[in-house]
Amino acid sequence: MGQRVLLTSKEINIILHRLACQLLENHLDFSDTALIGIQPRGIFLAERLAKILKEDYKVKDVALGFLDITFFRDDFGRGDKILKANSTKMNFLVEDKKVVFIDDVLYTGRSIRAALTAIQSFGRPKSIELLTLIDRRFSRHLPIQPNYRGRQVDAINEEKVKVMWAENDGEDIVYLVSK
Amino acid sequence: MSELSVNHLLGIKYLNKKDIALIFETADHFKEVINRSIKKVPTLRDITIANIFFENSTRTRLSFELAEKRLSADVVNFSAASSSVKKGETLIDTVNNILSMKVDMVVMRHPNPGAGIFLSKHVKASIVNAGDGAHEHPTQALLDSYSIQEKFGDVGGKNVVIVGDILHSRVALSNIFALKLQGANVKVCGPKTLIPKHIESLGVTVETNLKKALEWCDVANMLRIQNERMDISYFPSTREYTQQFGVNKQLLDSLDKQIVIMHPGPINRGVEITSDVADSAQSIILHQVENGVAIRMAVLYLLASKIK
Repeated sequence: MGQRVLLTSKEINIILHRLACQLLENHLDFSDTALIGIQPRGIFLAERLAKILKEDYKVKDVALGFLDITFFRDDFGRGDKILKANSTKMNFLVEDKKVVFIDDVLYTGRSIRAALTAIQSFGRPKSIELLTLIDRRFSRHLPIQPNYRGRQVDAINEEKVKVMWAENDGEDIVYLVSK
Repeated sequence: MSELSVNHLLGIKYLNKKDIALIFETADHFKEVINRSIKKVPTLRDITIANIFFENSTRTRLSFELAEKRLSADVVNFSAASSSVKKGETLIDTVNNILSMKVDMVVMRHPNPGAGIFLSKHVKASIVNAGDGAHEHPTQALLDSYSIQEKFGDVGGKNVVIVGDILHSRVALSNIFALKLQGANVKVCGPKTLIPKHIESLGVTVETNLKKALEWCDVANMLRIQNERMDISYFPSTREYTQQFGVNKQLLDSLDKQIVIMHPGPINRGVEITSDVADSAQSIILHQVENGVAIRMAVLYLLASKIK
């Protein structure tokens, strides 16, 4: 099993600032925008972006929520793994809001499909966009594409993209792991 | 890995501490779900569940049915009173007939202790015991412990007294198993005739003076007198029982601390508990009912994930 570095901490930082600027360009003051981190791994990226927007770009208030999609997945009872739930933290309704889903890796698109269903429990958003740090091309099962992407990666199915965050894993780094 | 150690929920006796923690953790998520304006998730849309009740029930049956529906399972209900059981069909035949209609899980209440265990050995479905005679009522004990945890942050180290008809109560036995497993101290209190012999072997202590028991405890779980299971007289009169073992406001106010009052229902107001106590701020009876749905969703979800 080998692994190589896809993105270093410095590269991740540059990408995060670029993504924050792209969000700013489309959402301006974020008054009717909600950033939704997809549990479990999307929340770190969402928190990071919200922090950058507030501290570096002086956006006053960013509505930030965490959405758990476990109970909305389409593979219940189909894998060997038991799906473990994470907590949903949504302190607002998304009715008429511009929602941005935030996740670390876009792979088959099934998580996002589940998130599209899950978000309906919190109202009818005006629009939904998707932001991912890593977009794994050529491996989609569904017609889902990101609006904002950090880095596009051509990884084969046996490979795995591992995104690590300083607050959870000790450092910011992205690996491509081959079995 | 985060899965239950069992394929059926037949009793708390068969669970370990980790199972209970996993059920509680999962119930936290479902509690958040059922407090949304849209209370439904599509998780169990592939699963069909039969609720088979050979004994009367209001809360448990409604609670299971709501839990199943909020998980999007298909539900069929069956009560013995209006069925072929009256025509002489055996339990295994009845259940196997239901299962051949492609049912994945069975939630069963039965007057005979061990009915769930018996069934789990003979039919191919995941069985959830919703009460088997005076034996066990695992989901009730889970929701009771969950409610205590919600109130105090932890069940371990808490003093819990179970008051009333311990002899005929499946809630008492399941609660004793669940509370002991989580490290609580348990006392039972009631007339000597309604306390089983050798109950100390389960690690509980016996107290026949209600006031002393209440002074000791953090939580009092009040049980109903199960007249339907009594074929002889266990105490002189209901009035006398109430005088000795009924909780009223005066008694509660005479204690030097605020204890928490629980009751699994159905309440016989004015017998084991007066209305002003049942409806007081110290009572968490209605929280228990709310938590019941979340706990049952967690149990069904975790068991359904094990169906292959």
